[in-house]
Amino acid sequence: MTFGFSVSVQAQDFDVSHELQQLRQQSLEIGALASFVGVVRDINDNQQVATLELEHYPGMTEASISEIAQQAADRWPLIAARVIHRVGKLSPADQIVFVAVSSRHRGDAFAACEFIMDFLKTRAPFWKKELTPMGERWVDARSSDQQAAERWSE
Amino acid sequence: MVQVLFFARLREQLGEASLSLALADEVYTVQGFVQQQLAAHNPEWVEHLLADNTICAINQQVVDLQHVLNDGDELAFFPPVTGG
Repeated sequence: MTFGFSVSVQAQDFDVSHELQQLRQQSLEIGALASFVGVVRDINDNQQVATLELEHYPGMTEASISEIAQQAADRWPLIAARVIHRVGKLSPADQIVFVAVSSRHRGDAFAACEFIMDFLKTRAPFWKKELTPMGERWVDARSSDQQAAERWSE
Repeated sequence: MVQVLFFARLREQLGEASLSLALADEVYTVQGFVQQQLAAHNPEWVEHLLADNTICAINQQVVDLQHVLNDGDELAFFPPVTGG
């Protein structure tokens, strides 16, 4: 079975129900559709965040997410996956990332969705800058994200 | 020529987003290229580019500092990623 994958890195917002419907209609073998939506928080490290600015490395970002999705498909029997990541300026409560995975059974879709998200956070070249009342600051990488990705190799 | 790119905090620290440099018929590892060619451009860059947490990619694949550069390569340096 061929694994269907598409990734978009875009400034504009996305419609979750439209994306899920597109995935669901791809195959009659789909029995499970797991998805995750990441949302911009208003507080990070005890500071109020007014605006988030997302930078990426055009080309490498898309390639790295495709590679992560392919690794998920090598590990679980997946039918398709879709990833959308926004860049540019975002505000608290905005959607920032979408990951959805389809498979025959829910265990594979749940696990693969989390796997893709864990590796996206630690491998895909995106960088967040926060604009807070205290000024601008680049967000530091978290060791908890690194640990989340490392547990898949245990 | 090698196209060199810098991203995010590193781009702001160095004050430049990209530049092109000739390999000058030398065989360089990434580390050698930083210590000679990029240091000649701006010696203050070396500590940022060779810092433990700086990530290096050639042609959009993460590599280590001992990787050898070829003419036409795209060489990128960036800080740890924070997407998602």
